Amino acid sequence: MDIINERKLQVATAGANAPFKMECGKKSTAGSVSQRACVFCGSRVVLYPITDALHLIHGPVGCAAYTWDIRGSLSSGREIYRLSFTTDLHENEVVFGGEKKLYSALVELIDKHKPKAAFVYSTCIVGVIGDDVEAVCRKVSAEKGIDVLPVQSEGFNGTKKDGYKVACEAIAKLVGTDNNAVLPQYSVNILGDFNLAGELWMLTEYYKQMGVHINATITGDGRVDDIRKAHKADLNIVQCSGAMIHLAKIMKEKYGIPFMKVSYFGIEDMSDALYEVARFFKSAELMAKAQTLVKAELGRLLPALAEYKKDLEGKKACIYVGGAFKAISLVKALRLLGVKTAVVGSQTGNSDDYELLKELCDEGTIIVDDSNPNELSQFVKQTGSDIFIGGVKERPIAYKMGLGFCDHNHERKEALAGYEGMLNFAKEIYATAMSPVWQFTRKGHNNSIETQDIASHSRTQDIASHIKDA
Amino acid sequence: MKPLTETKAFTATRNACKLCAPLGASMAYKGIQGCVPLIHGSQGCATYVRRYMISHYKEPIDIASSSFSEESTIFGGGPTLKLAMFNVGNQYKPYHIGVTTTCLSETIGDDVPQIIKEFRGEAPELAHIGLAHASTPSYCGTHVDGFHQAIVSVIKYLSSEAEPNNKLVLLPGMLSPADYRYLTEIMERMDIDVIMLPDLSESLDNPHWEDYKRIPDGGTTPEQLKSLGGAKSYMQFGDVLNKGMIANTVKRKNINTPGSVLEEMYNMPGATTGFPIGINATDRFFNLLEKMTGKAIPEKYTKERGRLVDAYTDGHKYVFDKRAVIYGEEDFVIGLTEFLTEIGIKPVLIATGGESSAFKGIVKSKLNPRHNPEIMVGADFEEIAEKCREIEKPDIMIGHSKGYYIARELNFPLLRVGFPIHDRFGSQRVLHIGYEGAHRLFENIANALIEYKQENSPVGWKYM
Repeated sequence: MDIINERKLQVATAGANAPFKMECGKKSTAGSVSQRACVFCGSRVVLYPITDALHLIHGPVGCAAYTWDIRGSLSSGREIYRLSFTTDLHENEVVFGGEKKLYSALVELIDKHKPKAAFVYSTCIVGVIGDDVEAVCRKVSAEKGIDVLPVQSEGFNGTKKDGYKVACEAIAKLVGTDNNAVLPQYSVNILGDFNLAGELWMLTEYYKQMGVHINATITGDGRVDDIRKAHKADLNIVQCSGAMIHLAKIMKEKYGIPFMKVSYFGIEDMSDALYEVARFFKSAELMAKAQTLVKAELGRLLPALAEYKKDLEGKKACIYVGGAFKAISLVKALRLLGVKTAVVGSQTGNSDDYELLKELCDEGTIIVDDSNPNELSQFVKQTGSDIFIGGVKERPIAYKMGLGFCDHNHERKEALAGYEGMLNFAKEIYATAMSPVWQFTRKGHNNSIETQDIASHSRTQDIASHIKDA
Repeated sequence: MKPLTETKAFTATRNACKLCAPLGASMAYKGIQGCVPLIHGSQGCATYVRRYMISHYKEPIDIASSSFSEESTIFGGGPTLKLAMFNVGNQYKPYHIGVTTTCLSETIGDDVPQIIKEFRGEAPELAHIGLAHASTPSYCGTHVDGFHQAIVSVIKYLSSEAEPNNKLVLLPGMLSPADYRYLTEIMERMDIDVIMLPDLSESLDNPHWEDYKRIPDGGTTPEQLKSLGGAKSYMQFGDVLNKGMIANTVKRKNINTPGSVLEEMYNMPGATTGFPIGINATDRFFNLLEKMTGKAIPEKYTKERGRLVDAYTDGHKYVFDKRAVIYGEEDFVIGLTEFLTEIGIKPVLIATGGESSAFKGIVKSKLNPRHNPEIMVGADFEEIAEKCREIEKPDIMIGHSKGYYIARELNFPLLRVGFPIHDRFGSQRVLHIGYEGAHRLFENIANALIEYKQENSPVGWKYM
C-alpha cells in the first residue's frame, strides 16, 4: 500500500489487534491531492442556506465563482442566497487596499436586495493586504440598520472544520438578538440540516406530526429572524455534528439550551432522532405519536427495501464523505440493504467518530481520514468494492474503475434523509449496482463474454438474472 | 486608464462570468503528458478547481495543492511548496509538475523560481522531473489568461534548443477535447508533423480504464517538448489571448503570448488566427495551414465544407435575423460572433467577463454593419440578465451553462457551448471548430429555434 509518510496514522482497520488513536483534524499534507477544501469552504457551505441574508465574498473572483449556487439547499421564501456576490479584487486593491471597494459593494447590494443581514467572508489575501473588514462591517451596519457580520474565513487558516467553527461564531452573533418571541411548549431548533432537495421539510413534518414545534432551522431554509430568536427554544437537535456542534455548545453555555446529536439517514437513526426528542421532553404523548408515525412509515418502507435487499445482499461498498457522522449512518443504512462496508472515511471526522466506526464496522473494514484519489483507488481495488458512495470528486474515480456510485454530497438533488430518503437511497444504490452497463467494463467483460466464469463475479450474474426477470 | 468600477453599474461582481487564472493554468497543464498541476496556495483552491473541472469533463482530475498554513503565509510558502513537489514527485511519478500560483502566494511575494532552484539542490533524486511555473494571481485577468500563462511556462521551462525540424507547433487555446481531436485528425490526414501544445484530445476525455491511472493518458509528449525548440513554425488561435491579464493592473505593463515566446526564444516564425468557428474562419485556418506547410487540403474537408454550405442554404431562413445573446471567454465569443454573423443571426448582446481593451474593437470588426449589439466587457451575469430584461426579447442564448438561469427566467432557449457545461452530459465532446463543428452548431441553433416555436405553438405541426 502506497501511503504518504505523513499520513500513515490516518488509516486504520476495524477490529485490528493493535488499535491506535486515529490522527485526524490535522491539516492536509502538501502535495497529497486531499479531497478537502479550506476554511472558507467550511464557512461558505454552512452559512450558504441562510436564504434571506446577503453573502458577500471579499477577495478575487475565484472563491465566489466556484461557490455560486453550489448546494442543493432549497428555500420556501427568498432566494438572495443563490446569488454569488464578490468584491472581485483586482491588483489595484491588492496594492492599495480593498476596504473602499468592500464598503461600496456592501452598500449598493444592501440597497438593492434589502437582506435581513449580511455575511462578509474574508478570503486568503484579505488579512495579508491588511483590510479592516470588521470596521467596514460596523460602519455599514450602523448606516443600514442591519447586522453585517464578518466571517473570518481566510482559506489557509486551518481546515474546512475550522471554517465550520467560524461560521458558527458568526451565527452566534445573531442568536439572542430578538427577545420578544414567545414560543409554545416543546420548541426545538434544528441545527445542521441544510435542506438539500427539501430534506428539512420532510423532517420538520415528522416533528410537527409528533407535536413538536420547530423554532429555527439552522441553516437549511434558514431565516435571519428565526435565528435571532433561536435562544428561546427548549432544545437544539444537531445533525451533521461536525458542522454545527460548535453553535450548539455556544448556545448551551450562553443560554443553557441542551443539545442532542442525531442523524436522519437510515431507518434506525431517523427513528432514534424522533424517539430521543420524545424522551427528552419526557412526554408519553410525544412518544406515542412518534411510535405511530414510525410504525406507519416502516410499514410502507420495509417491504420495499426487502425487494432491493434480495439483489444487493453481499455487495461491498466504499464510503468517503465529508462528515464522519454521515459515514456512520451510511454504514448502518447499507447494512439494512445487505451491503457490507469495506472502506469508510471522511474529510473531517474526529477521533470519537473514528472509534465509533471501528466498533460499528465489520472486522477488516478500512477506516481513513482525509484521503486522496491515490489511496481511494487502491482501497477500492484491494477490497473489490462494488459501489462507491461519495461526492463529485470521488464520482469519476469510481466510474473510471468500473464501480457503481451514489452521490451523497451537498450538491445532490435527491432527498436521502428520512424514511422517504431511505427509499431513494435504496433505489439509487440498486440502480447503480444493477445497471447492465457494467457488462462492458473490464470486470463484466472478462466474465460474461470471455471466460464465462460467472461464479467469481456475482455482479454479472446478478445483472443477467435481473434482465431475465424484467 | 479609467478604473473598471466607473463603467459598471455595480461595484460588486454579481454572478461572475469568469473564473480565476489557476483554473485555466491547471487545465493547460492537464494537456501535457505526465504533468501534475500543483496549485501553490490554500487547499481550497485546488479542491474547487478540481470540482469545477470534474463536473464538466466527468474525468478524474488530480490537482495537487501546497496546502498553505498560517505559518507559510507569515514566513513564506517555500517549505510547503517543496514538500508538495516532493510528495507529488514520489506519489505520482510524473514527467512534470506544473506549479501555478494564487492570489495568496503572489501577495506574500513567494519567489517561486528561487524555490524551484533550491528544490533542485535538495531533491537530486527527483532531478528527472520537469518543473514549470506560471505566475497566475487570481486578481489579474481570468482563467483564459491562466491557460496561456501555463503554456508560456511550458515553453520556458520544459523545452530547449533542438535540431531544426519540419514540425508545426499548434497552440489551439481553450477548446474542448473534441476540438483537439478534430485538429489531430486534420494534421494526420494532411500528414503534418505537429506538436500540439497543449494536447487535450485524450487527457481530458480518457476512455474507460482497465486499471486506475494516477495520471491519465494523453497530452503533449516529452519527446515533442524536446523537439519544440527546433520546430519550423507555429500557429496560434485567438486574437485577445492572454493580453487581458494586464487590463486594470498596476504592475504588469506587457505580456508574452505563447507565440511571442516561441519567437523570442527560438526565433520561430508563426501566425496567429482567430478560433476557426464558422466557414470564413475555418477557410482562413486551412489557407494558412496550406501556406505554412505546403500540404493540400484533403478532399474530406472540401466535402465537409460543401455539405456545410448545403446545410446553411437549407436552414438559412430559420435563423435569419434571430436575436442572439452570447457570452463567455473573449476569443471564444469573438469566434462565435463571426460565425453567427455569417449565418445571418443578429447578435443583440455580446458579453465577456474578461477585461481586455482590445475585445470591443475586434468584435465590431466581425459584425455585420447592420447589426449594433450591446458589447459588454468585464461583465457579470447579473448585468447580462438586466440587459436581457431591458432589450426586446432575444430569441436564443449561446454560451456555457451558467447563463441558464437567465434563459429560464426570460423563457428563451440556451444552446450550451464552451466551458463549463455543468448541467448536461457530453460537455467535453462538444465540437465547435472546423466545418464539422460549424455544421453541428448551425443545426443545433436552427433546431433549438424550431423546437421553441413548435413547443409554443397552439397547433404543433409535425413537419416544417
